[in-house]
Amino acid sequence: MSRRSSDPRADVVDGPLRPGDHLDRTEDRLDTAARERDQSDGVAQPALGFVGWLRWGWRQLTSMRTALVLLLLLAIAAIPGSLVPQRSADPNGVTQWRATNPDLYPTFDALQLFDVYTSVWFSAIYILLFISLIGCVLPRTKHHWKALRARPPRTPARLSRLADHAETTVPVPEGEDAAGHAAHAVDLAEAQLRSARYRVERYDRNGVASVSAERGYLRETGNLVFHGALVGVLLSVGIGGGFTYTGQTVITEGDGFVNSLGLGYTSFNPGRFVDTEALTPYSITLDRFDVTYAPGSGQAGDFAAHVTTRFPGQDPEDQVIEVNHPITMAGDRVYLMGNGYAPTITVRNGAGDVVFSESVPFLPQSATMTSQGVVKIPDTGGEQLGMVGFFYPTVAELDTGALTSAYGDLLDPRLTFFVYEGDLGIDDGTPRSVYALDTDGMTEIAGRNADAPSLELSPGQTVDLPGGRGTVTFEDERSAGAPESVKRYISLSIHNDSSATWVLVFAILAMLGLFTALFVPRRRMWVKATPDGDEVRIEYAGLARGEDPAIAVAVADLARRHADTLGEEPASAPVSPANVD
Amino acid sequence: MSFDDISVLLLWTAIAVYTLGFLAFTVDLARRSELAIVAQDAKAQAQARTLVAAGGGQTIDEIRAEEAAAKVALEAAPSQRGRFLFARLGVVLTTIAWLFHLGADVTRGIAAGRVPWSNNYEFALTGTLLVVAVFLGVLVKYDLRFLGAFINGLIVVLLGGAALAYYVEVVPLSDPLKSVWLVIHVFVASLASAFLAIAFALSVVQLLQSRRERLALAAVGTDAAPRTRLPFLRTLPSADVLESLAYRFAIIGFVLWTFTLIAGAIWANDAWGRYWGFDTKEVWTFVIWVVYAGYIHARATRGWRGTRSAWLSIVGFTAVLFNFTIVNQFFQGLHSYSGLPS
Ligand code: HEM
Repeated sequence: MSRRSSDPRADVVDGPLRPGDHLDRTEDRLDTAARERDQSDGVAQPALGFVGWLRWGWRQLTSMRTALVLLLLLAIAAIPGSLVPQRSADPNGVTQWRATNPDLYPTFDALQLFDVYTSVWFSAIYILLFISLIGCVLPRTKHHWKALRARPPRTPARLSRLADHAETTVPVPEGEDAAGHAAHAVDLAEAQLRSARYRVERYDRNGVASVSAERGYLRETGNLVFHGALVGVLLSVGIGGGFTYTGQTVITEGDGFVNSLGLGYTSFNPGRFVDTEALTPYSITLDRFDVTYAPGSGQAGDFAAHVTTRFPGQDPEDQVIEVNHPITMAGDRVYLMGNGYAPTITVRNGAGDVVFSESVPFLPQSATMTSQGVVKIPDTGGEQLGMVGFFYPTVAELDTGALTSAYGDLLDPRLTFFVYEGDLGIDDGTPRSVYALDTDGMTEIAGRNADAPSLELSPGQTVDLPGGRGTVTFEDERSAGAPESVKRYISLSIHNDSSATWVLVFAILAMLGLFTALFVPRRRMWVKATPDGDEVRIEYAGLARGEDPAIAVAVADLARRHADTLGEEPASAPVSPANVD
Repeated sequence: MSFDDISVLLLWTAIAVYTLGFLAFTVDLARRSELAIVAQDAKAQAQARTLVAAGGGQTIDEIRAEEAAAKVALEAAPSQRGRFLFARLGVVLTTIAWLFHLGADVTRGIAAGRVPWSNNYEFALTGTLLVVAVFLGVLVKYDLRFLGAFINGLIVVLLGGAALAYYVEVVPLSDPLKSVWLVIHVFVASLASAFLAIAFALSVVQLLQSRRERLALAAVGTDAAPRTRLPFLRTLPSADVLESLAYRFAIIGFVLWTFTLIAGAIWANDAWGRYWGFDTKEVWTFVIWVVYAGYIHARATRGWRGTRSAWLSIVGFTAVLFNFTIVNQFFQGLHSYSGLPS
């Protein structure tokens, strides 16, 4: 079994350094004094003074109990972030939450419940935890460094007091003296332990030979590597964040993107130390976007964006971006995040002049790609126009008469518009989403609340705007040589995070450290031979340092194999009390 | 009949046989209870006959002897184990049920043309398969048959629940799931859960046992015979032994869970362009990891070993189950490929 609380540890000092309230704490004198002080808590405590209090506080912070409480607090504190939408992961969720709970919102916001993982309270917990961790690991590392070069400790006087213990007596062969035979037996044991990768030290005294052996220093090394690597992960994430940037962009078939802040991105979030002027100006052009539709369910999949990438002054290259398979451009990783339809719309004013002609990306609203998009026309020659459109790649009519899309592919595309006239609200410089129309300052001129019905178009069709304001055309791209009537677009996410490699390295280190810390047994073994008349009494004992389910078996094995190598039938078979408590 | 129909049929057969296994193991526990009571009564009678003054309470020596015997029984080689008829029947039934279960899982995989662990229904199928596999595998080393009723009961509830509430037809994978990491990450997560499940079962028994031990020790030297509603506990290993056994399963589970966490981050980095984003599923994976780190610390902290750390193991596995059921079903997260960033 594993260690027992009744182990006579007083005999065997100097294990790995543990916090004061660790079960396995080795009891050196200094610490006993500290503990006595702790125990006198409240009772006529000696005045500690400022430095004394600091030391007391530090000892509390770096104790096992504090680490444990902080760990449990960390687990609890992480939970709200899964119940309440987070600004970092789901900004729209936060907006929605605010709309449905307007009364609670200010309180929740004040408590930083929408930014749990950057909140003061969450940060406080993990920062304290890591201070505790560092304060705990540094002295242990120093101690372990010394222990690595120290010799195994002196053989305890009474091995029989150890829980895992076996004993046998062997006769001294003709012509040898007892002490000589004892030394010989221990020589054999020493060789045996050494070949089992124990570090060994002989302690022969007054004719009594003994060897002290220890193995499994790797256990403590693993523990320290594990805890140290956790600090490494935290630092990589924290420092690396400053050098990370992420950006989003949307590309329609036939169009391109240039990696430059002004030109390419729809949104861009640089870390503190990112030089946004120094981006490599590569470009990506979307040649074709492939989707397959599963027979039956019609589920879309196997998304593949066929792109041409170019670095200035180099030959273009054809590449494919797929989900799970980003491409790498100058250290940036380029991910396929989404896709949709971008119907090409041409609007002419009453005089017949083209006032708008673009492929407009529509945001998918459903699995069957019912999509919504917005057209804003500031310069019509008259009042500004805004149109809110719905696109159905395979149109179908619901019982209510409303339209929907029955399938994700372009089987029977249809486009509808509500049209508004008035102030688009973009002249005053307020940033507006290209996917939303603020209709506050506008009048609906075609649609549900207007005299004229909403516009409805199939590819290639042109319809009139009400009141002679002009026409709207839903271009059929096939007439321009495209394979499909409506162009598709992709949204890309572009990331540069060089710290990710470091995070991975530390994570793997942590994993390896953990493995050794948990599964390498650390144990001490002793073999002692005491001459006793014309016999030699041989004792074997083991002591587990930390969890070690196999210690009893190990001692029994040692005794058996030693008896075998001694080459003689033992006078009495080794008795191992290890298995019977 | 399609492979998927066969799979469902095999699954219900497995559930039925697991239920029989559960009954056999329950009878086994009841019979152990009887044995324990008979022993107690015999002792009481003997005492009455010889007019010993001491009452029904056990002596310390008797308690220790009982514990030592239970420990020897726990570690006995399969051929030297107590020949509990119903426990053996339970093992046989569980093994048969497991084979049906394996068949259900494999045919589901064939029907889907991929690994059978890519939606809740399939996670449940494979996860419980691994729990039983680990349980049966461990029986070779330790005589944990006393957990049989608990494990079979748990499996019947989880599998039955999954078959009723989570069943979905085979559909093609969504794009982010088409990754080797699906194979690795999800499988290792299920395997981790299997080890944590056994640790959990052992921790529960540990709590029951340590309560009984407290009562038994309190009754030493008194007239009152210690009363426990679960007398079979007297034939099981001591709370200490159960605890270190639970710990051994928990640390294996924990290492696997650590791997799950890292593999998930690598996958997220490929699929979503960031390795960590505190998505709901990520949050819960992290919470579980931290709880078990707490458990390991608790085991090494003065005043926390024993009952308190056992509660942490129980909380940890509850979180695993919660993560799998409630979080998967009801929490908003990134784990679907919707189309566009908004
Ligand atoms: C980020 C916070 C922490 C985490 C996630 C963590 C996790 C772990 C894990 C998984 C183990 C078991 C593996 C091993 O033995 O190496 C462990 C052990 C240990 N940790 Fe931590 N730890 C943290 C902080 C701390 C702190 C602050 C201390 C110091 C008070 C500490 C002291 C120890 C000790 C002494 C052990 C060995 C336990 C034993 O003897 O079995 N840890 N920790």
